[in-house]
Amino acid sequence: MAMHAELEGKVALVTGGGRGIGRSICFALARAGAAVVVADVIEDASADATHKSIEARGGVAVFKRLDVTDFDAAQAMIAGAAEEFDGLDILVNNAGVNQDQVVGRMKPEQWKRVIEVNLTGCFNCCRAASRIMVRERRGRIINVSSIVAAIGRAGQANYAASKAGIEGLTRSLALELAHRGITVNAVAPGYIDSEMTRALPQQVQKEILGRVPLKRAGSAEDVASLVAFLAGPRAAYITGQTIHVNGGLYLG
Amino acid sequence: MSIKDQVIALIIENLEVDAQAVVPEAKFIEDLGVSSMDLWELVLVMEDEFDLEVPDEDLEKIVTIQDAISFIESHVEKK
Repeated sequence: MAMHAELEGKVALVTGGGRGIGRSICFALARAGAAVVVADVIEDASADATHKSIEARGGVAVFKRLDVTDFDAAQAMIAGAAEEFDGLDILVNNAGVNQDQVVGRMKPEQWKRVIEVNLTGCFNCCRAASRIMVRERRGRIINVSSIVAAIGRAGQANYAASKAGIEGLTRSLALELAHRGITVNAVAPGYIDSEMTRALPQQVQKEILGRVPLKRAGSAEDVASLVAFLAGPRAAYITGQTIHVNGGLYLG
Repeated sequence: MSIKDQVIALIIENLEVDAQAVVPEAKFIEDLGVSSMDLWELVLVMEDEFDLEVPDEDLEKIVTIQDAISFIESHVEKK
């Protein structure tokens, strides 16, 4: 099967699909032939919006507003989308935030917010999707973790904890859904050129880049390619894994 | 199709069990050899099929296939 048609006829839903890595994931899935539901908490009204860009290139995409921290909204939106598109084949849990602070100074709200969006939001969407996928006996779930889950990062205890949590959730869910032929995996991006990393101080950016064996920051497309692969037929025997895409920055 | 027939059809479709063993008196775990994982999956499918929710406390009381049929019959009637 030609690569660009691997996801032909599939329906994918990407949380946080409006910008950054999520946006690139939407593009990669659409390029492979999937119809994409771009879910995000804010609607991008510009002509450049993810779903509009996909449609402009001949793909099928819609925008649906979703706050992943709202359990009921997640159940309703995802069930609704599956009905509208006659199925849900791929769920990508990419929605994530960070609120950096050292633990000794971190406010409870900073801790809770990041856990809520990144980890509980992932659960909320997995819960909705797994009901649909179990019934249909098919599906792919891909959760976006981070290198930080494996190696830690000062100032990101909440972020690291939420992502490490996602990896544990991924493994358990993979075992639950394997019986129905559904795979569940996580991808762990390293240092990726994005809004998040561009906001770091120049000195910090330079220091991290110096440690990357492949001598460059990753691109959002590097991550999106892996996600699209895991969503497709060639990854059918891969489940419960966390696959790192980090230029060698962490080996494990 | 009666609820009893629907439930039996769903059990045969979703659990890898001998159709002949699927009788109302059969116990899910002891007689059909169903694992707790399989049972969760079956409950999930039945919840969707009959558009109802099985609270965990009630789930514990469902030992035989007849228990499942009775539960669904009583909850579907209430709507």
